[in-house]
Amino acid sequence: MAKNLFNKVWDMHCVGRLSSGQDQLFIGLHLIHEVTSPQAFQMLRERGLGVLHPERTFATVDHIVPTASQSRPFSDPLAEAMMQALEKNTKEFGIEFFSLDTDYQGIVHIIGPELGLTQPGMTIACGDSHTATHGAFGAIAFGIGTSQIRDVLATQTMAINRPKVRQIYIKGELQKGVFAKDIILRIMADLGVEGGLGYAYEYTGPTVSRLTMEERMTICNMSIEGGARVGYMNPDQTTFDYLQGRRYSPKGAEFDRAVQFWKDLASPPDAEYDDRFELDASSIEPMVTWGINPGHGIGVTQNMPRVADAPEHEREGIKKAYAHMNFKEGAPILGQKIDVAFIGSCTNGRISDLRDAARVVKGRKVASGVRAFVVPGSKQVARQAREEGLDRIFQEAGFEFRGAGCSMCLAMNPDKLKDDEISASSSNRNFIGRQGSPRGRTLLMSPAMVAAAAVNGRVVDVREYL
Amino acid sequence: MSLPKKDLIKGTGIPVMENDIDTDRIIPARFMKTVTFDGLGNYAFYDARFHEDGSSKGHPFDDPRYRGGSILITGRNFGCGSSREHAPQALQKYGIEAIIGESFAEIFIGNCTSIGIPCVSLNKEDVESLAQLVQENPGTEIQIDLVNKQVRTPEENFYLEINESFRKSLAEGTWDTTAALLQNKEKIEEVYRNLAYIKGFVA
Ligand code: SF4
Repeated sequence: MAKNLFNKVWDMHCVGRLSSGQDQLFIGLHLIHEVTSPQAFQMLRERGLGVLHPERTFATVDHIVPTASQSRPFSDPLAEAMMQALEKNTKEFGIEFFSLDTDYQGIVHIIGPELGLTQPGMTIACGDSHTATHGAFGAIAFGIGTSQIRDVLATQTMAINRPKVRQIYIKGELQKGVFAKDIILRIMADLGVEGGLGYAYEYTGPTVSRLTMEERMTICNMSIEGGARVGYMNPDQTTFDYLQGRRYSPKGAEFDRAVQFWKDLASPPDAEYDDRFELDASSIEPMVTWGINPGHGIGVTQNMPRVADAPEHEREGIKKAYAHMNFKEGAPILGQKIDVAFIGSCTNGRISDLRDAARVVKGRKVASGVRAFVVPGSKQVARQAREEGLDRIFQEAGFEFRGAGCSMCLAMNPDKLKDDEISASSSNRNFIGRQGSPRGRTLLMSPAMVAAAAVNGRVVDVREYL
Repeated sequence: MSLPKKDLIKGTGIPVMENDIDTDRIIPARFMKTVTFDGLGNYAFYDARFHEDGSSKGHPFDDPRYRGGSILITGRNFGCGSSREHAPQALQKYGIEAIIGESFAEIFIGNCTSIGIPCVSLNKEDVESLAQLVQENPGTEIQIDLVNKQVRTPEENFYLEINESFRKSLAEGTWDTTAALLQNKEKIEEVYRNLAYIKGFVA
């Protein structure tokens, strides 16, 4: 049996076995942001350590940036202090920083790919659980904690256990109005939020081959919501076309050599896996979550589950979800009123997401009483959207069009839900309190579904709006 | 750096018996607006513990019966969600020294281990019976023995599971990884020099 991509890439980067039994893995690309890195730099200073390969680390600022006005100093002194710490740390240790003063700032998982930093065959680590996004390129990418950021800074390596690999084989044609987001929400609903513990997910099959890079990123992005720390896809012509000409991509003859190398990395047809799961994409409806974890997703025409019908081990969780959401067991999700519409995040804040949403919004108006806003994932996405006139389409409909950042995906900036407001959100987490209000409620869905909900003031089936 | 061995941990328990407790619940994002981990203990489980007016919701972390408890007992998939090390840091600063649960999210367990908090798994029945014992007799001493892989109470012993490399590094006091990684500097550079993307994809 042949090696899959995961094991090939891992073996290339494995420095050796530590006495604990963990592997010491070389990290080819390290990305940092303002929330999880300052303590790591502090630990380096306390131990008198430097950064071993500063040229392999890149920084941006995303979580705390305000998206309404981005002038400095920020009105929130805590956010300003975090920003200053990152400026100081990157300067002192010689790390390139895509700050707000550059054209390249944005959510860390959006800018890596768009700058061509993310490439097939790399190991990529970042102090952020959605790092698997970069796996869409055939990289092995995963989130790490602050102590591990310290290790990567000091040694360009980290201690880690090698996971098993599950192939997720996706075939079948997607229905109109069904997007990459729906595929991954469906996988979460089928395999559960802990189904991926101990696994890396390889998404493969004819449906995956037909997806664009941006769609692939949306799927890999949410691997962690299913418990899998790593999610990846095999590189192919779509990948190479995306990478050609990007700022940090190899150039000229080097690019041609790179393509040959990248092609050889892909898992061969006889590659070995520890587990396999198959999904027919033609059976997927637009998905909506009704509960408090990303596995609580149903097709938009389905009814919410009844506690009594659920398997025993899920009942407690479902009861908790209803207690928080204040929805009626067995009721339809279709027609559920919303207060806020949020389009953005590292899951769905790329240009294709904005285009999908704009197509629905065009010529329509945001329902009265709904606060709606679009937060592009990066400055480059924002610029592209303006060039295409998407900002005007959104604004004429009554959306706000903001500066780049994480925004209401986790509400560390001023964008927050109030009280028990309900948001239709293109982000990745519907955890209690995630969008800034302890009583706030989040319905996850695709950007087009959020757009349709925004103009109706309630959850609707986007297939009727295309 | 010399670290204490976490081979045997003794303490009383705090049961928080829920499944899928995510790190946003353990430490809401708004408390992460800081460049240090100091003071995070005050915010552990904040929104689950306090109403918006600051009054207590009666969470086990504020239940006088469990005061002084250092062993958190919980359900399945604890610590799912964000990679924030702020979560284990908040628990540690609150006074939690070890976590017993049915299962744990992977990034979380790595973060806990790297700051010296063992996360050990018992099967569902055993976790539930341990939680019940603590609920009925809050002062019961619990021992987590990482050498013999046991959770012990005066009443019962349970077999615990933990990833072997995590067990070893905690029990031997070598869970701070930086020093071990630095020892292989030459090998690191060798791997680095041989990477295709470092060599310009020249074979
Ligand atoms: S957009 Fe959301 S999930 Fe993505 S990095 Fe920002 S906060 Fe994390």
